[in-house]
Amino acid sequence: MPVFDLAKTPLREFNAALHSVGNGDNDTAFEVLNPRGSHALAVGIDQPLSVDVRGSVGYYCAGMNDGGAVTVHGSAGPGVAENMMTGTVTIEGDASQYAGATGRGGLLVIKGNAASRCGISMKGIDIVVHGNIGHMSAFMAQSGHLVVLGDAGEALGDSLYEAKLFVRGEVKSLGADCVEKEMRPEHIEVLAGLLEKAGADAKPEEFKRYGSARTLYNFNIDNADAY
Amino acid sequence: MCGIVGLFLKDKALEPRLGELLSDMLITMTDRGPDSAGIAIYGAGAPGKVKITAQSADPENEFKGLVAELELAGVAADVTLKSTHAVIEIAEDAVADTRAFLARKGLRVMGAGESVEIYKEVGLPKDVVARFDIRAMGGTHGIGHTRMATESAVTTLGAHPFSTGADQCLVHNGSLSNHNNLRRVLVKQGMKFETQNDSEVAAAYLTSEMAGGKDLGQALTSALDDLDGFFTFVVGTKDGFGVVRDPIACKPAVMAETDQYIAFGSEYRALVNLPGIETARVWEPEPATVYFWDHGKAA
Repeated sequence: MPVFDLAKTPLREFNAALHSVGNGDNDTAFEVLNPRGSHALAVGIDQPLSVDVRGSVGYYCAGMNDGGAVTVHGSAGPGVAENMMTGTVTIEGDASQYAGATGRGGLLVIKGNAASRCGISMKGIDIVVHGNIGHMSAFMAQSGHLVVLGDAGEALGDSLYEAKLFVRGEVKSLGADCVEKEMRPEHIEVLAGLLEKAGADAKPEEFKRYGSARTLYNFNIDNADAY
Repeated sequence: MCGIVGLFLKDKALEPRLGELLSDMLITMTDRGPDSAGIAIYGAGAPGKVKITAQSADPENEFKGLVAELELAGVAADVTLKSTHAVIEIAEDAVADTRAFLARKGLRVMGAGESVEIYKEVGLPKDVVARFDIRAMGGTHGIGHTRMATESAVTTLGAHPFSTGADQCLVHNGSLSNHNNLRRVLVKQGMKFETQNDSEVAAAYLTSEMAGGKDLGQALTSALDDLDGFFTFVVGTKDGFGVVRDPIACKPAVMAETDQYIAFGSEYRALVNLPGIETARVWEPEPATVYFWDHGKAA
């Protein structure tokens, strides 16, 4: 297993090593020591690699991940797993703002809390947060699932499209056009699968589902005066 | 962008290392703002004495014979020269005379108080820290800032920390949108401003609130109502250390606490060299929430 100690090796060398792994290569399990809050660590993975990061990372860790399994044994700064395509990113600690922003696929698991704007503009990613999430989470979220075992901050799901939001705890307030929706058997089934994949010990029946009321989708002639 | 660091020591054993720890934290934040840098250090002050930190663009000439000149102006002073700054220690009742002297001479006042010394200049953190020998300084708490200017000019006076009251200082990451109006209100109340900078208005606002009887925590709570815009503030007083973020909280902030200290950084990177950080409680301060510690109250 290649081990990169970032106290000795420049970050670019480590990221370049990830990018040089070819299709079918055997040496695919990487370990990173002393990340010390570095930015853009393990970005742009495009092979089924695994990366274990021993410590906390800064901005944009595991961005654009396409097939990698990245685990941060610490906390993550802003923009973790931004624009993920496929794969898994797991944060053992907390994540800062806009975790999983614009993600198109894959699974982001945050074992601690996520700060504001979690899953902003998500487009297919699944995000499971074991703790709480901050304000304006899932703003303009288009598709995918956001699962929160704890509480959600203000304005959850503001201007939401078709992403599905599941929250077990309290929601401080819902954003514009976000409403609570009925939990049907198909939602319980999807949620159970996500909870299992994320190693979350919670019953799907304990959650409430939130989604778009779809009133912002089309122009309402009664609002013409506002323009 | 801008980078902010702060360190509030609980363990006296760390006090001799305050300057060194804070310097490393600030230098790590260099790529968040390369325009200018500043540090406020709260150290031991002599009772009944006040330290005024003054700055000159031409220290060789303007600081020559400063003690004698002050004496002529009727002020007995101990002066410590550090590069472009002079720390002038005087009796409490000589503050007005000293300030008048400095104004006549065209020297700029960076800050004043019983315990605070403020050093700031245009340039990179590593150069600013070196020219003032910050590493050698001890103290109880301190605050640092590295600036990427968005409001007002890149000058020494435009650098942070801003000090608008005795032993008070503020650093700011963000930009205020109602500072012009608030400045007019504060000017009417008698506050004086050195710059067109928005952060100076925030500092003066807190000074004004505290002059009205509030403690730092209460003043920061009022700031959430009265200041409009983006901000993460770290604020120091003689005994206190406060942090507050606006409700949107897009300006980054990380805090860490151990038995030895409370630390603030714009990013976790700034904290990684602190002793015991591996086992510290590390968290992101909540939006619109005031965090406030006081040496006086903690004891």
